[in-house]
Amino acid sequence: MAAVRVEEVLAAAEEQEAEKRRSVTVEKELELEFDLGNLLAVDRNPPAAAGLRGAAPGREAKLRALARDNTQLLVAQLWELPAERAGGAGGPLVARLPDPTFRLPREKPPPRPRPPTRWEQFARLKGIRRRKRTSLVWDEEAKEWRRRWGYRRAGGDPARAWLAEVPEGADPEEDQFARLRREKRERVARNELNRLRNLARAHRAGTAIPAAPLHPTGHQSREELSHVARVARVSTASLGRFQPRLPKEPAETPSRNAGKKRRFEPLLGNLAAERSRQLELLRDMGSKKPVLNITRAVNKQLRQEEAEAAAAKRKKQSQRGKRGRRQ
Amino acid sequence: LIYCYRKPKTKRAKRFLEKREPKLKENTKNAMLIKGGNANLTVTEVLKDIYAVKKPFAVLYKKKNITRPFEDQTSLEFFSKKSDCSLFLFGSHNKKRPNNLIIGRMFDYHVLDMIELGVEKFVSLKDVKNSKCPEGTKPMLIFAGDMFDGNEEYRRLKSLLIDFFRGPSVPSIRLAGLEYVLHFTALDGKIYMRSYKVLLKKSGCKIPRIELEEMGPSLDLVMRRTHLASDDLYKLSLKQPKALKPKKKKNISHDVFGTTYGRIHMQKQDLSKLQTRKMKGLKKRPAEKSAEDGGVSPKKSKSG
Repeated sequence: MAAVRVEEVLAAAEEQEAEKRRSVTVEKELELEFDLGNLLAVDRNPPAAAGLRGAAPGREAKLRALARDNTQLLVAQLWELPAERAGGAGGPLVARLPDPTFRLPREKPPPRPRPPTRWEQFARLKGIRRRKRTSLVWDEEAKEWRRRWGYRRAGGDPARAWLAEVPEGADPEEDQFARLRREKRERVARNELNRLRNLARAHRAGTAIPAAPLHPTGHQSREELSHVARVARVSTASLGRFQPRLPKEPAETPSRNAGKKRRFEPLLGNLAAERSRQLELLRDMGSKKPVLNITRAVNKQLRQEEAEAAAAKRKKQSQRGKRGRRQ
Repeated sequence: LIYCYRKPKTKRAKRFLEKREPKLKENTKNAMLIKGGNANLTVTEVLKDIYAVKKPFAVLYKKKNITRPFEDQTSLEFFSKKSDCSLFLFGSHNKKRPNNLIIGRMFDYHVLDMIELGVEKFVSLKDVKNSKCPEGTKPMLIFAGDMFDGNEEYRRLKSLLIDFFRGPSVPSIRLAGLEYVLHFTALDGKIYMRSYKVLLKKSGCKIPRIELEEMGPSLDLVMRRTHLASDDLYKLSLKQPKALKPKKKKNISHDVFGTTYGRIHMQKQDLSKLQTRKMKGLKKRPAEKSAEDGGVSPKKSKSG
């Protein structure tokens, strides 16, 4: 009798528990994916199209029901996180979020480490390390601790220095105050010059001119594309020698410099050719005329300059014309 | 700051520049909300509502700007540089594309992705007469529908929407303060965005029962044109510096059941000199010891 009662009581208690749990559990075909760092939940289940395609109010109710289920699941996950009471015993319950897992693109590229300055290189070489200086210095005249530099510095205000000693080997007629001012100006200018030099060095190291990209960008000209196609052809194990060509693609023209280093004459072949080549070499070395073809070089340079000027002009026009007005 | 040709002369200027330079751990992304030359009332209202949701990480430009983002991106990039915003929402309206919204993001002040959405139905914050949650609440984001995975464009749209509405990245969150949820459903080529206020009701167990109350802007969107970044550029923008990777603790491993295993590396030990438990009964008696040593007693014998 008692046993039956106990069983009944237990069953009733379990029923109650299940009842409570039912109010917070949600049945889903596919489990949701959670990224708690971003408070994100992704539901892959195809939504019940039948209900949602109907009229507007029915749709709103269906959407809200779907949202409620998904939010319930997300909140259940959030409540599982380790929580603590912030600010002592009476503070609000605060859950510690994990790191976000959903990969989002950055705003700016990651910072590049800058190359060391000339002084930093020297110091590293010599093993000089930075001495930590105290921020306050004892001032004998004022008998107190004063700043090293700045407002009310230890040595007194340098602008109100009324005495400038003439150093040992200096000209007695020289204006010492002018000399001090000039030297300070020179020091400042030198420091600024060095800073700009370091900056330029860092900038040069950072922005090396990137090679033309080998992947399709959508903004490539015909020459760039042909260059890229050539690079792709040559990037095989046999350096492009056995690559099939398209039906109408012309055969590769042996350019002037191609193969100059890979062309090896046999050692004991054409003695006559070798002889003539050596004599020609001697003749060229002995002649007064320059080997450089001036006209070709000049034409090449002119063409390059023209191309650069045209590109710059195009860029400038597009920049100036279409820049938006400040809001 | 390192690349500044003009060194900042005041501390305030220095702080301003430091905030904008590239960092290891980045700032929260700001959004700029821009009106096009022919923005109508609906689009303006949408922009105002989104501004209210995204405050204080958004800037709402009051004047109209006559540009076409899909043709020319230079003016957008100029604005982004001036206001240091990497997300933007551009609203316009014309006969061919009514109630048009272009949502996009930047990488290094150049446009990364842009997606054009058309607003079919819009219910504003003002129209829904319920209580609202405080400004700056971090919203919970839920994406429903299998279309968000299948299509590349929808996947980028999902990433863009998360980026846009995510808010600041926080280490911990007050559980009672989870009040705002944004729910996106993708169905039949349309995207339904709904915002609800979350009410946490008592349930028998620890986890509260959720009840939702309609609040805030709700939009029915349809995808129009897209301008997505190439895969390489996108991969480049996703790249995180190595310093941010969590450091692996060596010599610690876990098994399936949750047991933690540690590994200790020992030097070679001389087992004869090992200190084990003392068992008094096995202790060598002095008589036995002297027998072993061959008669040499360890104690010095007293002379005399």
